[in-house]
Amino acid sequence: MTSGTKVSPEDTGTANPTQPQSSTQRDSFIELNGRERAIALFDQNSWRELLGPFDRIESPWLMPQNVTPEADDGCIIIKGKIDGASTVVISMESAFQGGSLGEVSGAKICAALDLACRDNENGIKTSAVLLLETGGVRLTEANLGLAAVAEIISSLLSLRKQAPIVCLSAGTVGCFGGMSLVAALSSYMVMTVEGRLGLNGPEVIEQEHGVEEFDSSDRALIWAIDGGEQRYATGLADVLVKDDVGEIRAAVKALLKKGVPSTNRSEQVELYRNRIAALNTATQWDPADLRKTWNRENSK
Amino acid sequence: MSTSSTKTDKDKEGCLSTRGRLWFTALTGQLGKSTDKLDPDSVLVADATIDNAQAKFLCVVPDANARFPRARDGEVGLEEAYALAAHVREVMNSHKTGERRPIVAIVDVKSQAYGRREETAAIHQAAAVAADAYASARMAGHPVIALVVGQALSGAFLTHGYQANRILALDDPGVVIHAMHKEAAARVTRRTVKELDKLAETIVPLSYDIKDYAKLGILYELLQVTDAENPQAADVELVKKAISAAIVDARKGPKDLSCRWLSKEAATTRGATLKTREAMFAQWAKDN
Repeated sequence: MTSGTKVSPEDTGTANPTQPQSSTQRDSFIELNGRERAIALFDQNSWRELLGPFDRIESPWLMPQNVTPEADDGCIIIKGKIDGASTVVISMESAFQGGSLGEVSGAKICAALDLACRDNENGIKTSAVLLLETGGVRLTEANLGLAAVAEIISSLLSLRKQAPIVCLSAGTVGCFGGMSLVAALSSYMVMTVEGRLGLNGPEVIEQEHGVEEFDSSDRALIWAIDGGEQRYATGLADVLVKDDVGEIRAAVKALLKKGVPSTNRSEQVELYRNRIAALNTATQWDPADLRKTWNRENSK
Repeated sequence: MSTSSTKTDKDKEGCLSTRGRLWFTALTGQLGKSTDKLDPDSVLVADATIDNAQAKFLCVVPDANARFPRARDGEVGLEEAYALAAHVREVMNSHKTGERRPIVAIVDVKSQAYGRREETAAIHQAAAVAADAYASARMAGHPVIALVVGQALSGAFLTHGYQANRILALDDPGVVIHAMHKEAAARVTRRTVKELDKLAETIVPLSYDIKDYAKLGILYELLQVTDAENPQAADVELVKKAISAAIVDARKGPKDLSCRWLSKEAATTRGATLKTREAMFAQWAKDN
């Protein structure tokens, strides 16, 4: 496995309930739930959760639709120190409604980004890490989910000028729908081989235009297009990591340490526009061929 | 696919929506064909006068001959997103000082382009590049106004319009702002369209009715026109006045999107947003 950022075996002084037993045994990040994933990134005893489940701020829209709400609305916000630096980690819990974004989870994310931005303006440097395990907008809250994406985008762009924002797609839900824009707007994108990133999920494309357009049962095709290896190889992700707590933590730390990049990927209008213009649209493409022209060396 | 069962909805199979082009031409007096050869014919662009000042007008329209097969019916695809971004950035780069030039996004977009080519070539990146451009223009002081004259759906609206300081919409049954078109939303939530319609009567964010959308407090103004499909002179004047007023108001207000949850309507319908923000602000500062 290649990685854009040098990662070293993780130090053992940080809080993590699932430290590797030996240097050869993998310590899976994917198997952790959303809260455990967030906690695994922080320095020991340095963190606290904001608007946790005991605050019981739930979606008001689900009960009338006979859907059981969750006390944290499937969105975990934890503030603390990573490598001694103030950071807020935002984690989407895929086990609740597919990690979807509703009014409350959207407002939690937007407010956390706004507050991080305010801290930076007041001289308290605060970065953000988003663990995006999400299918996008929660359709039982439809318009308020979509509105929340627009608001998160705006708040994220304000913060991005002041502090680095790292997004991660670890797996297994992946990062789809409106939240894929959020990932693309981050300062740095981290993926695992199991991670996926794309706007439209395979099922939606198949429903709209048939199995010839996209066979959503073809897992090899899905990962060849949306998978971490492909997104990394084509310059759309900055770091490819193993599904390993220590490796992911090291990658996040290294990126936070790099600070705000001189140019963000989503500011690269001409680069991508010219790439699209050069594509022959007469046939479908082999995703592997795209790596030749969109290789990561000429992506920045 | 249709999102509305009303008779005025032209977006039926084989009958592409002409609303975007009609309103674009009516408001700018121009056809909008770009001179930039990288621009697809589906993106209309014009500099036109509004209230004695120049503004940039942008619109995405159907193009049966588009290079990308899944972006021929008025969807926002890869080429459309990057063209929008390029034009917005061009406005920003040529007006870096003084009173910033307004940008008006005329919105009638049925969806983002759903296709294998689009996913392979990273349409999420294209959408983000456009959203970044619009938001950056707003934050740099350009009044960004979205005028919804037809559909404003899902990723297409995130790409084109949803980063505006002020959103205007025509009060017309063919105007729909939503996260997903009705048939697909029903399918994903395992409901019939009829059940979805019934729920939407009481659950405001589910509704496909623009009057219900207005209750969320995100819209700046709902505009009463006599014919949304065939703009008359009086309607065009009314819409121009509304755009001018929105530009003036946007220049006075904050450059973020806080007006959307601080509106009068949001106090009622977005109580959970306000409560969440208040609680987050209270808990955040404790260790600072």
